[in-house]
Amino acid sequence: MTSKPILGPYSQGDILRLGAAMAVTFLVLPLIIQSDYWYSSILIPWLCLALAAIGQQFVMGYAGQLALGAAGFMAAGAFALYNIELRLPWMPFPLALFFSGLIAAALGVLFGLPSLRVRGIYLMVATLAAQFFIIWTIDKFGWFKNYDTSGIITAQDIVIFGHAFTSPLEMYLVVAAVVTVLTILAINMTRGSVGRNWMAVRDMDIAAESMGISLLRTKLQAFALSAFYCGVAGALFAFTYLKSLEPVAFDIKLSFQILFMVILGGLGTINGAFIGAGFILLFPVVLNTVGNAWFHGMIDATIISAIEQVVFGALIILFLIYEPLGMAKLWEKLRARTFGMSAVRPTVPADLAQKP
Amino acid sequence: MIEVLFFFEVVLAGMLAGTMYSLVALGFVLIYKASSTFNFAQGAMVFFAVLSFVGFMELGMPFALAFLVTVLLMVAVGYATERLVLGPLTGQNEDTLLMGTIGLAFVLQGLAQAVWGVEVRRLDLGIGDFPIPWVADNLGIFVSALDVAAGVVSAVLIVLLVLLFRFTKMGLGLRAVADDPGAAASIGIPLKTIMLMVWSAAGFVALVAGMMWGARAGVQFALVDLALKALPVLIIGGFSSIPGAIIGGLIIGVVEKTLEVYVGPSFGGGIEGWAPYVLAIFFLLWRPEGLFGEKIIRRV
Repeated sequence: MTSKPILGPYSQGDILRLGAAMAVTFLVLPLIIQSDYWYSSILIPWLCLALAAIGQQFVMGYAGQLALGAAGFMAAGAFALYNIELRLPWMPFPLALFFSGLIAAALGVLFGLPSLRVRGIYLMVATLAAQFFIIWTIDKFGWFKNYDTSGIITAQDIVIFGHAFTSPLEMYLVVAAVVTVLTILAINMTRGSVGRNWMAVRDMDIAAESMGISLLRTKLQAFALSAFYCGVAGALFAFTYLKSLEPVAFDIKLSFQILFMVILGGLGTINGAFIGAGFILLFPVVLNTVGNAWFHGMIDATIISAIEQVVFGALIILFLIYEPLGMAKLWEKLRARTFGMSAVRPTVPADLAQKP
Repeated sequence: MIEVLFFFEVVLAGMLAGTMYSLVALGFVLIYKASSTFNFAQGAMVFFAVLSFVGFMELGMPFALAFLVTVLLMVAVGYATERLVLGPLTGQNEDTLLMGTIGLAFVLQGLAQAVWGVEVRRLDLGIGDFPIPWVADNLGIFVSALDVAAGVVSAVLIVLLVLLFRFTKMGLGLRAVADDPGAAASIGIPLKTIMLMVWSAAGFVALVAGMMWGARAGVQFALVDLALKALPVLIIGGFSSIPGAIIGGLIIGVVEKTLEVYVGPSFGGGIEGWAPYVLAIFFLLWRPEGLFGEKIIRRV
């Protein structure tokens, strides 16, 4: 079955899948899930992290720039939203969220500047600077934390049209709505000229430049949009999942986790961001449960987290060797085998697509 | 006069602390020179090596035996990395290889913690981390004995490595492999042996670096983050230059120490955490190949 676009860049199958996903997100899940645990500990963080992973996809999976500072931009978004809510309380929440993303995006452009000259590990070091510098700035300048000395700042309530969204289900719906809108935008961008320019730069930047694609524009656009998505994700993460604002929640560990989501999920795919985020989030939960059930708490939690690191690291290596396109590709293969469909799109890195 | 002496002291402490970064960076350079791979796992190797060393000592091994066993273990790690990670990824682009070594880093640091536990270990090398009395009395400068020891050890290692690269058959083969692996293999240079030697040397350097760091800050997971600072060192010095790793380390050490001492107090400290990276950005904008690196020319 070939997929012919019928609405914008979407084929019939795409629209069906998207519609089904939205129906499940907004109707089925709220109806069948009663437990708050599922909303506040699984679904909300999953959606937030997936959104950050989409941001990481832009810059790494699509534009091919190795960046490792996602958590820094998430922190920027989170504290931007806190300060907007604090200092400009009249601003409607969606607008405040948008501006938080914009502030993160401005920082993204700033720290993306080195990408115009360097790539690979050099760029990674430059983005590490963003990670450490942003966290340090928030931590050391009292203004960002409203001179709070207790260390833990409670996030304000999310109020839209006079209604405070405070229950886990309500918060989940807010997050799901934002993530849905931004995901559709992301699909549009990556399948349109924006994404194609990114991919051209990724596959061979010099060739792309000689074809008239502006490297400056394309790379900075990727960094800006990536940081925007990360900023919004960070703001939602702090306001709906952590419910507090603390810079340490956005340390380099989180940046690595988001990097892993993208690599394991599948570089250059949007659904890979969701799959990767789900895996990285759920695997430790499963490992803990299994560890406790089999060994009755005889294994220390720190040992379990050490094993988790080994498994993530090993999976990265295995996927790079055997399935460089990640779990999204595995999923596609599975779907192709079950339904006899194949939807191969030219969205994957050229040098990953050709297996050794 | 006192201020001048104090400034001198700060710079000296920075330089000596910088040699510790250099030691980590050195392992990076070795592997990069031989295989054009950025080995992100070098920091994890430092942690893995020194934690294993302390672990073996705790099992009752004498110092020398524990050292030997750890060196052998690092050779095994190098062999396994070549066989299981880099071998299957041969021919992939450098970003993929880098991601592979990030995976390797997590495997190594996770393994070390799973086997030896996560608590902070003390490591006593018999060298105190306090000012040398003689120097303090006669020159009025306070320098830690451990810093001096680290400086001397790095100097010796560097001289050894440079000699190895310049004057031995293996060093010649190594440079040939670095230049063109295919051509080197076709004239009969044993690629696998050379790579194993390089990884072993990197493992050895990692162990020495880890022992120095461990003696100062305790053997703990934070070593991995400290080792991350070898990356800006390499950017400043250049990834393919052994002297570059040393000079880069010194620059980073001095800059972060002076900033921390003179500017830090007005911001509540912690500048050390990001200063090396921001300095690296300025270097990237000014001289992307580093002070001693070779210019990279990319073609379509």
